[in-house]
Amino acid sequence: MTTSNRAAPKTPPVSAPGTAIAVVGLRKSFGDHHVLGGVDLTVPVGTVYALLGPNGAGKTTMVNILSTLLTADAGEVRVAGHDVRRAPGQVRSAIGVTGQFSAIDMFLTGRENLRLMADLSHLDRRGAARDVAALLERFDLVEAADRRALTWSGGMRRRLDLAMTLITRPRVIFLDEPTTGLDPRSRREVWDVVREQVADGVTVLLTTQYLEEADALADRVGVLDAGTLAAEGTPGELKALVPGDGTNLDDVFLALTGHAASAVDPADPTGAVAPADGIAPTDLTEKETTAR
Amino acid sequence: MMPTYVVRDSMTMLRRNLRHLSRYPSLAVMLIAIPVVFLLLFVYVFGGTLGAGLPVHGGGTRADYLTYLVPGIWIMTVSSVANGTAVAVAIDQTGGMFARFRTMDISRVSVLAGHVLGAVIRTVLALAVMIVVAVLLGFRSDAGLPGWLGAAGLVLLLAFSFTWLTVAMGLAAGSIETASNTPLVLMVLPIVSSGFVPTEQMPVGLRQFAEHQPFTPIIETLRSLTSGAPVASEGWFAVGWCVVIGAVGYLWSRRQLGRVPTR
Repeated sequence: MTTSNRAAPKTPPVSAPGTAIAVVGLRKSFGDHHVLGGVDLTVPVGTVYALLGPNGAGKTTMVNILSTLLTADAGEVRVAGHDVRRAPGQVRSAIGVTGQFSAIDMFLTGRENLRLMADLSHLDRRGAARDVAALLERFDLVEAADRRALTWSGGMRRRLDLAMTLITRPRVIFLDEPTTGLDPRSRREVWDVVREQVADGVTVLLTTQYLEEADALADRVGVLDAGTLAAEGTPGELKALVPGDGTNLDDVFLALTGHAASAVDPADPTGAVAPADGIAPTDLTEKETTAR
Repeated sequence: MMPTYVVRDSMTMLRRNLRHLSRYPSLAVMLIAIPVVFLLLFVYVFGGTLGAGLPVHGGGTRADYLTYLVPGIWIMTVSSVANGTAVAVAIDQTGGMFARFRTMDISRVSVLAGHVLGAVIRTVLALAVMIVVAVLLGFRSDAGLPGWLGAAGLVLLLAFSFTWLTVAMGLAAGSIETASNTPLVLMVLPIVSSGFVPTEQMPVGLRQFAEHQPFTPIIETLRSLTSGAPVASEGWFAVGWCVVIGAVGYLWSRRQLGRVPTR
């Protein structure tokens, strides 16, 4: 049972072999708004770690720091064996990031988008062409491959974004709310992709507000509440914390933090903006308005 | 990061930028159309009257005004293309492409290189069009090869420095609308310079501004170079302003691209 917060740190040494992500004492503030207040977590190679929390909990800020987009105020962060502050280049060559909103080139075709990523990760020409074809096939984008992404649907863009992340062959993948706003079928597809990657030894850290997503995918779940890990453990361990039977992770959240987790109407994912670079923080009281 | 990858990644980014140009020529056409419309408007609507006011012996003609106006219009063309750069950069910034590039092992120079090199190429193409239009309207030059080479050098330097400035504007904008509005100052300032009418005829305060703002020495230098006249001290001011604007734009861009640890 590992449910503690910082009072009982259990993080192994950050250079331990077999560790893909090691975070110790991570702090980050924007002005006088404390987004992360001392987070410790460890993710072994080849596992899935889910950061679960409502809007404004600090999930996106975590991903931004781990993926070298932001620097932490304090704490130590190692990804794929490298310190994100001292060796960002080595971290970047090992990671892939798919954010909450599709970061694709709308003026290029799907094939050209993938080719761009392949060129930037210095794949050789023949290998790149083969990988592009395979990923278009895998993500069911062959038919639309030579049309501009501008003409694609949201679900197709999201799949292309994920394919662009995978073509660089990352060893550690960060997925920031990868299924927010997706229909159930597309969500299952993303889940399948995560499982395939992990089967190949890739490590995945994903953030989600969907409780069943963490339950379905994660080896370990960290419940992030207002910038600190309120609880951490396997989905099963977290469920065992809550008295009674038939509990789910939503009840876990309620039991551990004193308030419910679900902050956002799933039908309106556009409201799902966590504090990012220089953007005003979301209203933290919002999460208390919804209970199950 | 190996130095060879800096060049290779920059070329990849430039290919992407030129592909955008070939995919969406309408934007480039519109950016060239703006200075063309200004040229036609000022030569044919106002040109007769403005030409008569030029300080040439016995008052000038419409043809004299065309000769006077063309260097300012070329500089305006550089501004117009730079405006498009700000929009393109803002699309990458707000759309998440820059964030994606920044999580990849690519040098920061390469991330912006596509926009900067692509903008310089677009400027050259736009100026080629504008030279043809000016000649078709009757523009003639007494300048020799040295004058034209000097003019080309100055315009390229200006294009480079305006590009860095508008890259920074695009990064700082936060929205595509803001990115298309901020650089309008580069379109308006040539009008309040010696580009459209001589500054001597302006009221005192405005005249002082017009004489000392960067566009005036740049346009005067270009006018001298393309008319075969000797370049006076304004040449140094022109080059100096370009260097200062470019340096400010470059440093501002670096800052805006994100405070990621330097490699």
